[in-house]
Amino acid sequence: MASIPTQASVVVVGAGIVGNSLVHHLAELGWRDIVQVDKGPLPNPGGSTGHASNFIFPVDHSREITDLTLDSVRQYKELGVFTQSGGFEVARTQERMQELRRRMASAKAWGIESHLVTPEEVVEKVPFLDPSVIVGAFWTPTVGVVDSVGAGTMMRESAQNKGALTVSPNTEVTGIDVENGAIARVHTTKGPIETEKILIACGVWSPRIAAMAGAAIPLTPAVHQMISVGPVPQLAEQTGEISFPIVRDMDTFCYERQHGSDMEIGSYAHRAILHEPDEIPSIEAAKLSPTEMPFTDDDFDPQLEQALELMPDVLSNPDVEIRYAINGLLSLTPDGAPILGESPEVKGLWSAAAVWVKEGPGVGRAVAEWMTNGCPEVDVQGADIARFHPHQRTREHVRARTSEAFIKTYGIVHPGEQWNSDRNVRLSPMHEREKELGAVFFEVAGWERPQWYASNAPLLEEFGERVMDRTAEWDSRWWSPIINAEHLALRERAGLVDLSSFVIFDVFGPAALDAVQSIVLAQMDVGIGRVVYTPVLDETGGFRSDLTIMRLAHDRFRVVTGAAHGMVDVKWFADRLPGTGAQITDLTSSWTTIGLWGPRARDILSQVTNADVSHERFKFGTARTIEVGSLQVLASRISYVGDLGWELYIPMETGLRLWDVLTEAGTEHGLVPVGLGVYGTTGRIEKGYRAFGAELDSDRSVIEVGMARPKVKSQGFVGRDAHLRHREEDPKAILCSLTVDDHTSASGEKRYMLGGEPIRSQDGQPLIDGHGHHAFVTSAGSAPSLGKHVLMAFLPPAEAVLGNQLTVVYMEEAYPVTVASIDATPLFDPSNENIRR
Amino acid sequence: MDILVCIKRIPDIAGQITLDGSGTDIDDAGLGHTTSAHEECAVELAIQTAAATGGKVTVLTLGPAEAVEQLRAAVGVGANDGILIEAEDSGAFGTEDIAQVIGDVIRDRTEGGQNFDLVLLGNDAADTGDFQVPIRLAYDLGYPVLTSISTFSPAGGPVIEARGIGPSGTEIFSLELPAVVAVQEGGVDPRYPSITGRMKAKKARIAEYVAPEPGAGNPRIGLELPPDTANEVTILGEGPDAAGALVDVLEEIGVIRS
Amino acid sequence: MSLVFVETDESGEVALTSAEALTFARTNADVLAGSVLEAAVIGTLTESAHNQLAVLGVDRIHHLESADLEAYSATAWAQALVDIAPETGTVLASGTPRGMELMAHVAVRTGERMAANVVAADEEGLLRQVLGGAAFERLQLGGDLQVLTLAGHACKPEETTPTTPEILTHSPESAAEDLRTRVVRTEVETDADNDTSGLTQARAVVGAGRGVGSENGFGEVLELVDHLGGALGVSRVVTGLGWRPHSEQVGQTGSRITPDVYIACGISGAIQHMAGIEGAKTLIAINTDEESTMVQRADYAIIGDLHEVVGAVNEEIRSRRG
Repeated sequence: MASIPTQASVVVVGAGIVGNSLVHHLAELGWRDIVQVDKGPLPNPGGSTGHASNFIFPVDHSREITDLTLDSVRQYKELGVFTQSGGFEVARTQERMQELRRRMASAKAWGIESHLVTPEEVVEKVPFLDPSVIVGAFWTPTVGVVDSVGAGTMMRESAQNKGALTVSPNTEVTGIDVENGAIARVHTTKGPIETEKILIACGVWSPRIAAMAGAAIPLTPAVHQMISVGPVPQLAEQTGEISFPIVRDMDTFCYERQHGSDMEIGSYAHRAILHEPDEIPSIEAAKLSPTEMPFTDDDFDPQLEQALELMPDVLSNPDVEIRYAINGLLSLTPDGAPILGESPEVKGLWSAAAVWVKEGPGVGRAVAEWMTNGCPEVDVQGADIARFHPHQRTREHVRARTSEAFIKTYGIVHPGEQWNSDRNVRLSPMHEREKELGAVFFEVAGWERPQWYASNAPLLEEFGERVMDRTAEWDSRWWSPIINAEHLALRERAGLVDLSSFVIFDVFGPAALDAVQSIVLAQMDVGIGRVVYTPVLDETGGFRSDLTIMRLAHDRFRVVTGAAHGMVDVKWFADRLPGTGAQITDLTSSWTTIGLWGPRARDILSQVTNADVSHERFKFGTARTIEVGSLQVLASRISYVGDLGWELYIPMETGLRLWDVLTEAGTEHGLVPVGLGVYGTTGRIEKGYRAFGAELDSDRSVIEVGMARPKVKSQGFVGRDAHLRHREEDPKAILCSLTVDDHTSASGEKRYMLGGEPIRSQDGQPLIDGHGHHAFVTSAGSAPSLGKHVLMAFLPPAEAVLGNQLTVVYMEEAYPVTVASIDATPLFDPSNENIRR
Repeated sequence: MDILVCIKRIPDIAGQITLDGSGTDIDDAGLGHTTSAHEECAVELAIQTAAATGGKVTVLTLGPAEAVEQLRAAVGVGANDGILIEAEDSGAFGTEDIAQVIGDVIRDRTEGGQNFDLVLLGNDAADTGDFQVPIRLAYDLGYPVLTSISTFSPAGGPVIEARGIGPSGTEIFSLELPAVVAVQEGGVDPRYPSITGRMKAKKARIAEYVAPEPGAGNPRIGLELPPDTANEVTILGEGPDAAGALVDVLEEIGVIRS
Repeated sequence: MSLVFVETDESGEVALTSAEALTFARTNADVLAGSVLEAAVIGTLTESAHNQLAVLGVDRIHHLESADLEAYSATAWAQALVDIAPETGTVLASGTPRGMELMAHVAVRTGERMAANVVAADEEGLLRQVLGGAAFERLQLGGDLQVLTLAGHACKPEETTPTTPEILTHSPESAAEDLRTRVVRTEVETDADNDTSGLTQARAVVGAGRGVGSENGFGEVLELVDHLGGALGVSRVVTGLGWRPHSEQVGQTGSRITPDVYIACGISGAIQHMAGIEGAKTLIAINTDEESTMVQRADYAIIGDLHEVVGAVNEEIRSRRG
């Protein structure tokens, strides 16, 4: 029995495309004493890589995934295992054609060459396809296939040749020792390995390995059915693995991909077939490999019929036989994103799981950089393992969401689309009232948040044309003009917003100030009761987060951040506290927050409290506890909607009482409940407020988003050096607000962009910034106070000129836009008088 | 020539197996299902013969409702229709019971006007390996029977010439129809289904019977897994460098030609 | 009493498998109710076979020879066995195709149940191989007469104090009905595709699996076969892919072999394959996967790519030859 090293700098579990890419990049970055184990044999240990269809379509609606894919393609090409074939995504319906037009927007936004083509143009390249079945197609010439097993072998060998890596196949991880919350040792069938880091890159088995350390990697093994038919005479005439473009039959959720003289047909159309990581057969008990499960014919039969429609000449040939058919296992996550980074549950436990072949090498590089430098070069924050809230790590949630999501793999997913499964997990104390008001709930991080209230429908009549109604079904899906009516009511009177989903945590202890100072950009050595909005940067000066911090005491700071990204912020802070004498405590479930804003906000608040809430005695940017009846309320005078008002923090159990008190007092002032449609989009966009994940991410500097302050504090903080450097450089891009000048489409219908669309010059040329990024819309929304539809986008500095006339391309039509703000100056109330009245 | 092929749904095992809670059957959770290699060849022979003689192929199985998958798989490669004799616990049936139930169904079909010139089975089922059902069925029907047959061909009139490998060469039999033949793998290469075949299979007509309670029953008391025999393997080395050591071993055994 | 159907080869020697069956019947005489051991030989009974049966402990030899039994007919042969079978005790054959077929006929004709591929017998009943050797079934046949076949290599032939077996000669006439289906001719000079005799008789068999890579990947392996004067045996995957004929297949549905040495090249060791090589005296594995079943079950193993290793072995053999 071959022996295994007894010590390692990191133990990489898995020798699929991800694990192999990781050991390569770790070695490149100088790591030594890496040990890679896999329970299977090499070069194909029996995981999902071994049966992958290995093709890559670069265009994805997610920029993060597209970046990883493009990097992966570059790496596959360097290894010489990429064969370009081109690829069609064909549409059988007009609805799909619209989706393909939207896909064109993503292609242009990420700078990838794609074209919409006619059925006849498809047949020119794929002569055995029946053009009468389709209405058009999306052609991407750079689509190709890779040899992922070969690439993995080369990458593993490159690390071995550096003397950095010991590979141990046929070695199963049997246990993980955790000491003081950190990885201490990995037990294997060939003996224990002392290590402080384990990197779990074993796909569908990852949850099982993580569980050995008491951590969660919330993914589920799910079936993707694939068959291979052959020999196909039309294909056999050609030489090589692939000579015809790959065809994705989008409306039937299938693909057809040539493999030598065979045609592989894969499907995402069947029911979601989920498995348990612990129940995947062992290598010994598996007929093929453990992840090539027995094929279930019944699930695939409808797809055969559809494939036959599309390629009748090839597939109706009786000599073309189904020679291989599997229920292949792959990994699905509740939100569809990979699971990367260090677990928030166990120090030193890293995950690189739920990664497709198309992203493997890119993920390998990013995670290796992350482990080495504390942050990857490309933005992968949407994939951070720390993003999961506790309920999202449960088996039930993972199963529910992946079951629902499976059919969306090739589906048409609206950017505002909501989940149906596992809802009503986290309910605010005001939830019953909101239901009575006809709230339409959108879910974030398990919280049910009113997006708008049906009870506000009468406002539509009051505001008439100003609500900027939309007639196009796509533009108005998951949207209501009531949002804009609520917006106008807030601007003219007052609105009440349920903000219970905030993630709230305190940093406290004797060294709390130093700790907070070292993490955030803004000066935190401020008076008690001050509220500070601040960026949080990573080492490269990119955005890690943006959040508000209240100084509650000399030794206590309360951090308030968004629900979607909050868990990552908690880990970011917690990771930087050990040894400082400061501690962190998560108060999210202890406190609820109610926002009260609008010109009448002070009238309403002063009616229910004896505290002096005048502008002079309760300044903007301050917080203090006031009494509202028998309630003690922490009132913080700030605003993300750009109006006079407060965020009111109170213990969860008293939230309903405060809501009722304010509602009653507000009646005579015209107070209305206002949904997150206003808070998240319309309110902020006309004020030019940036949102994390849209405008703010690790690729963007403080300068580029126009949030630089006159001075940089003298105290050190994460990313300070990079930030100082950025201040000296000319920005490579500038975040601008643009207004749409004319919404009229060719059909005469007015269209409203939803975000993600490319911005181009008036004559349709792409605008490329200093990073090489193409300009695209990061946020879009109504600005009802202005009567305009507003877009935000990073433009090349030369184009970031007030009044500059450009175009936005939406569904393959160009609409004129004008640059309206180039420096975060709000379009609405530019001097911020409303806030400071 | 109209041919009936009797097939059996069996778990598609490859390596280690585990037993179910009762200890009388294997745990087939996670396993696929198939028919034995002998039966695949029987189906292939039937399809070829029917095509050559202008006849039809019917496939029959005794098993759970899911066994219809195996019938449809056979239709997918060219059988014409199927007969499912549903028995929830087919493991409770002994070889005598199975032969009799199949015999009864064949007689019922005959009464209904469907005559089979030839009844094919696999030599034995890959799971139970009883080697008896074909012969017991032949006695039940009063038909002549051959086992371990690799190929056969029509020999004029109601006769086929059947070939099988015997102890001293290929044995040729002349068999009067109607008859029962148990097929041994190796004479023909079973085809895979085509897409059109598979789609035909989906729509195939499957006649359904319900099996009566077994009479004789299954003499099985329980299953046992072979013990993990501890084996000391001597690793001679890795890669081509170990060739010398291997040749030493072969020389010691004395099998290298001088 | 136990009656064992004995097969003889072309030169009239007792087949190895029949010797196994006789040994099994003798060593399990108490549980098989077979204190007297009888052998049935159909056709020529040679002096040599007679002697072999004596050292295998046979008490009585039934020698059946008649015109009706000359050409093999399962029904006629089975009826001949039924006619000499005891009323209580055991009728046993080895698990060869012929043994299986005859015992099944005997079982039906005696109204008894049958157990195929038995490996052991004790007070609790019989144990037989099922699932291609992946499991054993314990069963009880009941009845007065047990009809069994013995799994190949379940029992090693053991000689005992030679007996002087009594020979009872029979010249049975078969019913016309039992002669309807019989061998009309035997093609000894079969095409190579169907000839498995080289494989089953070879002292050295080189096995090749999917690991050879393609139809054209057998070069090194065939050279090694040549150096050993042995035979090539392949896994079911290889015949399934059409790379080699079925006659070369080793395993549950192919040949069961008993060479002095079996060299498994790139075969992982699926149960169906292992069932065919249990009789190999020495098992050598060449495989990239140290944890594969084949390596774990082997006597000797080399971890590595079969093409590289076998190529080097051929080279070594050539160079030692000089």
